[in-house]
Amino acid sequence: MALKARHKRFVLIGIGLALIGLAAMLILNAFQSNMVFFYTPTQVEKGEVPKDTGFRIGGLVLENSLKRQDDGLTVHFVITDTAKTVPVIYKGVLPDLFKEGKGVVAQGKVGADGIFMASEVLAKHDENYMPPEAAEALKRAKEQGKTLVMPTT
Amino acid sequence: MNINWFKYSSPQTFYPLAGKMIPWFAWLAAILAIAGLYISFAIAPTDFQQGEAYRIIFVHVPAAWMSMVIYIVMACWAGIGLALNARLSAMMAQALAPTGAVFTLIALVTGSLWGKPMWGTWWVWDARLTSELILLFLYLGFIALQASIDDPRKADRAGALLALVGAVNVPIIYFSVKWWSTLHQGSSINMGAAPKMAATMLLGMLIMALAFWMYTIAVALMRVRCIMLERERSADWVKELSLKSASRGKA
Repeated sequence: MALKARHKRFVLIGIGLALIGLAAMLILNAFQSNMVFFYTPTQVEKGEVPKDTGFRIGGLVLENSLKRQDDGLTVHFVITDTAKTVPVIYKGVLPDLFKEGKGVVAQGKVGADGIFMASEVLAKHDENYMPPEAAEALKRAKEQGKTLVMPTT
Repeated sequence: MNINWFKYSSPQTFYPLAGKMIPWFAWLAAILAIAGLYISFAIAPTDFQQGEAYRIIFVHVPAAWMSMVIYIVMACWAGIGLALNARLSAMMAQALAPTGAVFTLIALVTGSLWGKPMWGTWWVWDARLTSELILLFLYLGFIALQASIDDPRKADRAGALLALVGAVNVPIIYFSVKWWSTLHQGSSINMGAAPKMAATMLLGMLIMALAFWMYTIAVALMRVRCIMLERERSADWVKELSLKSASRGKA
């Protein structure tokens, strides 16, 4: 069956796009480890993080772990991925959304004592948006053990 | 009813049709934008985490959506133009590129303004932000490539190739927050899942997105009319048109 010239061009474009897509997939797969913005405390524990150079740790700020030193600037807190934890020391201004139980990404190095010395701390917020009253109602419902549609990550 | 759609695939017949459609889309864009902004700033409730600052979402997210949608539409037009050797399709692709670039820039700038107070930084090189920046470069590259080739047919073909190759970036932007760990949060609106935002917030965002759609169509039609006149300036229909408007001007 002979194809018309324009149909042939459509087929060629289709094949071309498929090949480019495949190439992109392979490249992104190969760079998988470079595409991550931060490592989890579990990965830190397993030693999957770069040695000697700085990297980022992401997770949640462990509840009741935030302590401020007397100088008012240095803070100690613990980042958790709910499986493992990493203690962090940071000297500087924290973003407004930095809160216990909320997401955080810290850049820095692990010291000899296993404590992560952060040079920059960023807040990572979730994709849920709602009025305070709704958030309050959700919290109450959760405390009463009801299951609700809104997942908190 | 049988409409011959191919009738409108020639610049000569599409030119007046586009002229008639522009005011409709422009008015729709204006009305929807006013309604959307009113809902966004007056009706939508304050957010429990981010307070009032979250309201930039009503511009940021629709602009980011448009930046990706316009690219796909542009690549489709460019692909059709390449396969069918259709003049008007290539002109449509060319007409969409600047608007796509503008929405990409808006998404990047509003995102940066939002990132500073919420995350604590203007910019990070995470997968979402980086791939959106690449999208801006793709748009600019497309515009520059077309502008640098004098022969319009050759310019169309070269631009179409770039547009099609670059299309691979769009799914990367969209899924970047799922595939990799990023500072940027995941999507609040997903296919087949309840939206993770209050109903009025969602409504404001969707109306703003519609307004941006209408604006895009209106502006693209205006731009494609200019491109048609410029490229077909030696064709009879353009000469007739300019004679008519000249005689109208005298009267």
